[in-house]
Amino acid sequence: MTLSRQVAIAGVFEHPTRWAPDKTEFQIMAECARGALEDCGLELRDVDGLFAASMSMGAMGVVSLAEYLNLKPRHLDGTNIGGSSFVAHVSHAAAAIHAGLCEVALILYGSTAASNALAIGTGMGGGRDAGASFVSPYGLTTVGSYALVAQRHMHVYGTTSAQLAEIAVTMRRHAGLNPNAKMRKPITVDDVLSSRMISRPLHLLDCCIISDGGGAVIVTSAERARDLKKRPVLLLGCGEAVCHQEVGAPDLLSIAAKQSGAQAFRMAGVSHDDVDLCMIYDSFTITVLATLENLGFCKPGEGGAFVSGGRIGLSGALPLNPDGGGLSSNHPGMRGIFLVIEATKQLRGECGERQVLDASIALAHGTGGTLGVAHSGATLVLGRG
Amino acid sequence: MAKEIEHPRPVADWETRGYWEGAGRHELVLQRCKRCGSVQHRPRAQCAKCFGPIEHFVASGRGTVYTFTVTEQNQVPPFRDAVPYVLAYVELEEGPRLLTNVVGCPPDEVRIGLPVRAEFRTGADGFGVPVFRPA
Repeated sequence: MTLSRQVAIAGVFEHPTRWAPDKTEFQIMAECARGALEDCGLELRDVDGLFAASMSMGAMGVVSLAEYLNLKPRHLDGTNIGGSSFVAHVSHAAAAIHAGLCEVALILYGSTAASNALAIGTGMGGGRDAGASFVSPYGLTTVGSYALVAQRHMHVYGTTSAQLAEIAVTMRRHAGLNPNAKMRKPITVDDVLSSRMISRPLHLLDCCIISDGGGAVIVTSAERARDLKKRPVLLLGCGEAVCHQEVGAPDLLSIAAKQSGAQAFRMAGVSHDDVDLCMIYDSFTITVLATLENLGFCKPGEGGAFVSGGRIGLSGALPLNPDGGGLSSNHPGMRGIFLVIEATKQLRGECGERQVLDASIALAHGTGGTLGVAHSGATLVLGRG
Repeated sequence: MAKEIEHPRPVADWETRGYWEGAGRHELVLQRCKRCGSVQHRPRAQCAKCFGPIEHFVASGRGTVYTFTVTEQNQVPPFRDAVPYVLAYVELEEGPRLLTNVVGCPPDEVRIGLPVRAEFRTGADGFGVPVFRPA
């Protein structure tokens, strides 16, 4: 039996903080758990499935988190596939709930990336094992891995820095409507192009910000969700994928979104025209452009034109990241959970000034890892219940 | 001019040792499947396409730049002291694309499609790190 429309997002909470030097990761997660439980009217004792990943949770991190929360769930999932993890956690939770392994899944993220001064984009050195040694001698940065894709895209399709900048400008405009967003002062295409180069062709303002923050999502059966406080948001479709260097001939312009998106659309039984808004992981401007192409919202090479002319703005044909995204609202190291939270709030109509009018279907896509080297992708198609 | 990168030394296991030791002899060693003929990189104990047995061969060391980025900011030593430097995928004549550095010319002169050839930065460990310069 299909998973589509069987499981719902019942509660969400995005921590309003962007700077929390006085908090720990687990403390932020606990505050988010409380917020999401209040959102849907459930209690901590109702939670029987725990899903989490973070910048510092190691191999048994989810076990430590269960202890911190004093939870003894009957289903545990510490999947960490990078920033997309929490998008994948929703589909893992849906499968577990549908199979009867748990009934109320709590998905958590918390981070003090900014107050710990984590230099995520340009400071995370490669590993020191035999596999990492094919990368670590050469000075790959996270930004650099995305820049390799941007350079190739420009070469093959003639995409310009000004087109990429349109994405950053749009995200900043949206952030201006989000009182919790970290960067709200409007910027122009020229501001992006004249910001300092980090890894050519990506400028500082092509890169997401670094903040503190966290979030929580509660997933349960569609049936149970109907009896809770808020209107349920149904999981219509989901998909996951991975891209890597294969045996040495990666196509850098074909990213994980192509596979995960196709699966999610197929499961959902909806078409691109049915999607009212997109939550796309915007680690860098190129991530958005490549994701839109690979999800099939436009043809390969047409992404530059697609994101121009206001199409991805709030009143455009495909509003994208109304919260301001990682480029302007928040990016505490991993951002996937915020894609799910904002999509849910938009489908409930709770977003005030930044509300996409009459949104009934949303797509969320997370990218995790280093785009041109090794990355994961996870897609959700969500619908108003 | 920025300093040349003092490459962190590779860590080898028995599947990858031949590659790094080959580079120490200034040879770019690739693998070919004895069953299906697939050329693969990174090295593995078996063919990643058909699980067939593999053999090693010395590649030409010639290729072209597939894509690149000029890294202007990296906060981690030794790279911090070497910016701006060019990180690139070089597509070898034999097929595989290697993540590497392009050296020996100003970063502004690197282009996709630029013909390059391998050279090697050897260390006391006997290993070499392949980098590429304009051919």
